[in-house]
Amino acid sequence: MASETLVHHDEHHNESTAGTAWGGGKEPFKASYGKLMMWYFLLSDAFTFAGFLIAYGALRFSMKTWPVPDFVFSSLPGGIHHKPLIFVTIMTFVLLASSYTMVRAVQEGHRENKGGVVKWMLLTIVGGLMFLGCQAWEWTTLMGEEHMTIKVNPFGTHTESGVYLAGDGHDIKAGDTFKAGSSYLIHKHDGEWAPLSYKVTEGPNKDIEKTQAFGPKAFGALFFFITGFHGFHVLSGVAFMLIIMLNSATGLYEKRKNGYEMVEKIGLYWHFVDLVWVFVFLLFYLL
Amino acid sequence: MAHSYEQSKKIANKTIVILAIITVFEVFFALLGKGYLVPGFLMPHALLAIAMIVMSVVKAYLIIYEFMHMKYEVPGLVRTVLLPTLLLVWAIIAFTMEGDYWKNRRASTQDKVTMQQSVEE
Repeated sequence: MASETLVHHDEHHNESTAGTAWGGGKEPFKASYGKLMMWYFLLSDAFTFAGFLIAYGALRFSMKTWPVPDFVFSSLPGGIHHKPLIFVTIMTFVLLASSYTMVRAVQEGHRENKGGVVKWMLLTIVGGLMFLGCQAWEWTTLMGEEHMTIKVNPFGTHTESGVYLAGDGHDIKAGDTFKAGSSYLIHKHDGEWAPLSYKVTEGPNKDIEKTQAFGPKAFGALFFFITGFHGFHVLSGVAFMLIIMLNSATGLYEKRKNGYEMVEKIGLYWHFVDLVWVFVFLLFYLL
Repeated sequence: MAHSYEQSKKIANKTIVILAIITVFEVFFALLGKGYLVPGFLMPHALLAIAMIVMSVVKAYLIIYEFMHMKYEVPGLVRTVLLPTLLLVWAIIAFTMEGDYWKNRRASTQDKVTMQQSVEE
């Protein structure tokens, strides 16, 4: 930087800008820099998630069949099966509740109640950890019990009605019939894939014997990447909230001119995470 | 923010209750429409899809406008955030329709090929 500036910036010379927005000293949109930037960061994150969901929409609807969600997601911890959508509903409630506790934390911050902020943020963190635990259980079950990966998808959907020629040792017995549109899961026996053979009973392929085919590969890749990316946001949200909660507890925000605004900002991030889950829940599990 | 602490608490409580009720209804509707609650009772997929989407949009509105305080922000900020978001939603819908078009195109091309093959025989 030159020791002598040649250009003078003298605001008194420039009366046209004094007191106007160009004159400076005013917050655009009446929001602080930090809050505004958090909104725009969330917008950019929405673009990234939208990119994933665009891929999901295009790929899923370009396929003739897609695994039926209430068939794929019907287990609960403790060996409970055939309870479609219950576990993922619990996950949704956990995240909604944690959004509520975050709102309460921000409200306590507005009235400078340090103890209240810490308490409600702690509850939010617990909610986030509970959600992560649930997601981890879901992934473990899909990968460990059902052997789904990002390249192999053992969940298929029948395109024709038929009758099974052999049982699989689980729910299906030889002679069980099925309609087009019903789902199936290919099991493994002794570490080897054991797709069942069946005979088609209707349509142009009547009486032809076929074997259960694997479902669309894209299902595994899309499911794990989208829920994984979301889970990563939950994890980083929990990490940030932990730091901010500890900062609150030490009284750091009592001395700041903007008070507990940091709690508000991380609150915006957490609500965004909840919002994304609302749409992931809708697209993957309900539709 | 014009609200007092007590008023703010009441609004937050009301919002979370509505969100919980909508979620319960969403899941109930999905299970009912797919035949899990009343055996054999199925709703047309289009009706289910529209109901689910509308309920999720209402939830999104409540989370953004109340929990994230968008309701109380300056209109300029609201527009710079919501307009691109709405365009993203449209992009997702557009590409879903595109995927469906690919499927139909593939099916009609395959039909043409089979017809071609049967004519050549």
